[in-house]
Amino acid sequence: MLKVEEQTPVTFSSELLAKFDDIKSRYPEGKQKSALLPLLHLVQAEFLWVPTSAMDQVAAYLNIQPIEVYEVATFYTMYFLKPQGKYALEVCRTGPCCLVGAEKILSHLETKLGVKEGEVTADGLFSFRGVECLAACGFGPVLQISPEYTFYENLTTDSVDKLIEDLTSKK
Amino acid sequence: MSRKLLLEHINVPGINTLEVYRQKGGYRAVEKALKTLTPEEIVEEVKKSGLRGRGGAGFPTGMKWSFLAKPEGVARYLVCNADESEPGTFKDRYLMTYIPHALIEGMIVSSFALGAHVSYIYVRGEMMPQIRILERAIAEAKAAGWLGKNILGSGYDLELYVQPGGGAYICGEETALLESLEGKRGNPRIKPPFPAIAGLYGCPTVVNNVESIAAVVPIINDGGDEYAKIGIGRSTGTKLISASGNLVKPGVYEIELGLPVEEFIYSDEYCGGIANGKRLKATVAGGSSVPVLPANLTLKYANGEPRLMSYESLSEGGFATGTMMGSGGFIAFDEDQCIVRNTWNFARFYHHESCGQCSPCREGTGWMEKILHKIEHGHGTMDDVDLLWDVQRKIEGNTICPLGDAAAWPVASAIRHFRDEFEWHIKEPVKSQQQNYGLANYATPIEKAPVTEEK
Repeated sequence: MLKVEEQTPVTFSSELLAKFDDIKSRYPEGKQKSALLPLLHLVQAEFLWVPTSAMDQVAAYLNIQPIEVYEVATFYTMYFLKPQGKYALEVCRTGPCCLVGAEKILSHLETKLGVKEGEVTADGLFSFRGVECLAACGFGPVLQISPEYTFYENLTTDSVDKLIEDLTSKK
Repeated sequence: MSRKLLLEHINVPGINTLEVYRQKGGYRAVEKALKTLTPEEIVEEVKKSGLRGRGGAGFPTGMKWSFLAKPEGVARYLVCNADESEPGTFKDRYLMTYIPHALIEGMIVSSFALGAHVSYIYVRGEMMPQIRILERAIAEAKAAGWLGKNILGSGYDLELYVQPGGGAYICGEETALLESLEGKRGNPRIKPPFPAIAGLYGCPTVVNNVESIAAVVPIINDGGDEYAKIGIGRSTGTKLISASGNLVKPGVYEIELGLPVEEFIYSDEYCGGIANGKRLKATVAGGSSVPVLPANLTLKYANGEPRLMSYESLSEGGFATGTMMGSGGFIAFDEDQCIVRNTWNFARFYHHESCGQCSPCREGTGWMEKILHKIEHGHGTMDDVDLLWDVQRKIEGNTICPLGDAAAWPVASAIRHFRDEFEWHIKEPVKSQQQNYGLANYATPIEKAPVTEEK
């Protein structure tokens, strides 16, 4: 069942639609559905999550059924189906990162931000979650911050504190 | 110093730009290929090189290329697999970050060899910075005439696009990748037909790993025979190894295949030994999917001979006493690491990443995760170890794609080599929550097998 918040109506700007057109032109005639994953990334970069109304509009744009968009958006882990913090922190929690302290970073974030995994801080700035391997095992522990997906490597509790402070002062 | 083919210029400032890359001899392979070679000759050079797929399966690249169907009037595609997600593997990210043009040059030569006029680089979605780097590099190459219409006046046209994934390990499997590139869920397809016959949009398609495609550049520059001189036996050329875990110097290293494992771990040219002066307990030599080995079997075969970093040597002894080269993700565990906890972590990974298509994998990975969680947290019974063995046996070989095998092997090998540690968790439910099992006898030199003299 879709919750009310997931039905937030959104409008696509003409700039966003121009980016859509550019991506759609990369595929052969009739194969425009290939643009689906990149388009959903663009939507998420714009709204910081993927509301159902946006999925419906993407479906209309690509001339496919809404269910074809929903099944993709729910299959892939990168698409946020509910609002996140402005900075969504994703910490790798897979084997090699755990050998060098990823679990400590996750519990530190929980204390530092005062929210549980998946929740958003009261000021709307931060949310965090553990994700599977980010392909940076030699530089662990690592985290990435969407929507830019900048990487932060060789984390310590101190460097995480500093990162949170920098982002807070930047707003 | 061993020979470097891919990372030779990695430390040159500005090597990520076309200008510097070109100064260092970049795009010579494109000139040579488009001006002096036919597509068939390029395929022949790659065959001669003995290059084996660097993504994990190790299938000969030239042979894969030669299977590509070429029906009249049907488009053919080359898709680069940059969906690097195997825990322990981060070489492709490294290569794309620092020398993006090496991949683009390889893509141009390979696309020409296969007769593809539109090629895609499928990059895992989390690698947005690398996607931006590649798109910038492609724009540079296109502006300079290395891509687009009539490249170098040869009459050959090529468009190259970067496609982001959505965060799914399964899309590293080539048919799941193609599904994803078509805008669908990443469910692997039943083979046959293989992508070489019916791949992207039902057209003949070759899917190659980033490192395999980058390796085509030195193969064309120096010739397949020269490339085949490097390495050992059927493991030719150089290989990027991603080293992680409890090492003094984790990172990406280019090695000549055939380097002794011991030298790789302990020499200062490579990993520099185990961090914090600790001792090695175990390794996963080729990414999380391959069997875990105790230290003694990592360094030496059961008969005492040194183990080498090559496809054949790493798998020497089969799964009883060997492992696999895989994607070259080398994870080292020091004496303080818990094998049960790590196996649980990997099982959780595979449970999370199973696409859900085949029941043995969808259900089995969940069962393995739950049983391992139970043992790790001090609630296990002796039956659980046997149940775990039983579940992994029922996954292996019973799924459409190799993710099922990849989930089963780490569990099977952990029980095979570290059963004592599992049983200790069960017999000592309180103690196992406070301390680790430690090194035990995993690092002691194994006795040499009795030698029978040949008559």
